[in-house]
Amino acid sequence: MRLSEDLSCAEVVQLVTDYVEGALSVDERRRFEEHIVICDGCGAHLDQMRTTIAVVGRVSEQQLSTEAVDELIAAFRGWQRP
Amino acid sequence: MGRPHGHVGGSVLGMSPKLEVEAGSFATAADDARLVQSLRDGDERVFVKLVREHAASMLYVASLFVRDRAVAEEVVQETWLGVLRGIDRFEGRSSFKTWLFSILTNTAKGRARREGRSLPFSALVTTDLVDDEPDVDPDRFLPEGERWAHHWASSPQRFDSLPEDQLLSAETFAIAQAAIAELPETQRAVVTLRDVAGFSSEDVCRELDLSEGNQRVLLHRGRNKVRKALERHFAEAELR
Repeated sequence: MRLSEDLSCAEVVQLVTDYVEGALSVDERRRFEEHIVICDGCGAHLDQMRTTIAVVGRVSEQQLSTEAVDELIAAFRGWQRP
Repeated sequence: MGRPHGHVGGSVLGMSPKLEVEAGSFATAADDARLVQSLRDGDERVFVKLVREHAASMLYVASLFVRDRAVAEEVVQETWLGVLRGIDRFEGRSSFKTWLFSILTNTAKGRARREGRSLPFSALVTTDLVDDEPDVDPDRFLPEGERWAHHWASSPQRFDSLPEDQLLSAETFAIAQAAIAELPETQRAVVTLRDVAGFSSEDVCRELDLSEGNQRVLLHRGRNKVRKALERHFAEAELR
């Protein structure tokens, strides 16, 4: 048995996605959270990951071309209900 | 796409409120039923709103399979025609969004097949899972032999302390978008579907034939590369 079950920062950064995805076991999750609350570096790293996810969630500003939308509207108007 | 994955706002360090996941993007079954009825009734306003609302995600997802922007646009159009044709078959067993995107991916896959574009996805997964790039540069941690070996040499920069106009600037989004574009294909697919289009992990596993574990590894690698790009960008911005 290990005397210390503490995670190192290098281990924590590998577990970040499993943590935010809720894929850690109860025990791993507890060890992760115990580390995070006392470690500024890993707290900042987790914040970077979360902010990255949020930024990526807002990346998509692409739109269909006006012609494509117009064609779809025309199709919708002409759509024959069975 | 089904339920929101409730972990983003996790328990230890909450996301700053300005970046909270928009609750409105997760429609209830009742909302979906109303929406589908409007389409069946021929409500053009609702149709156009839906087309615009999902355009970005649909184009992204389509381009995972067909690459060419013009073809991606055709796939999106074809998908909506498929929606209209099949609207009477929608029974609300999945969310409207899940249904919409399953039609989209089928359409896109069919199109890719007809164009002879093979989808060596499963072969790529293996390559993209074996990744030599570490999550964090090992130099950022104290070396073996130090009392705090494998702990941060100096704390990374917090993103949530950045001014909002910098964090949410067009430049930031451009950096993120470029970083996603440069990801290995399967990582790009998973990050795009999960984080840009808002698919659940279950949906991504089904659409891309991935195991939960592999999906998570690809997501981890992909998100990390985008995170690194943003970290570099903000560090450079600080020096300016």
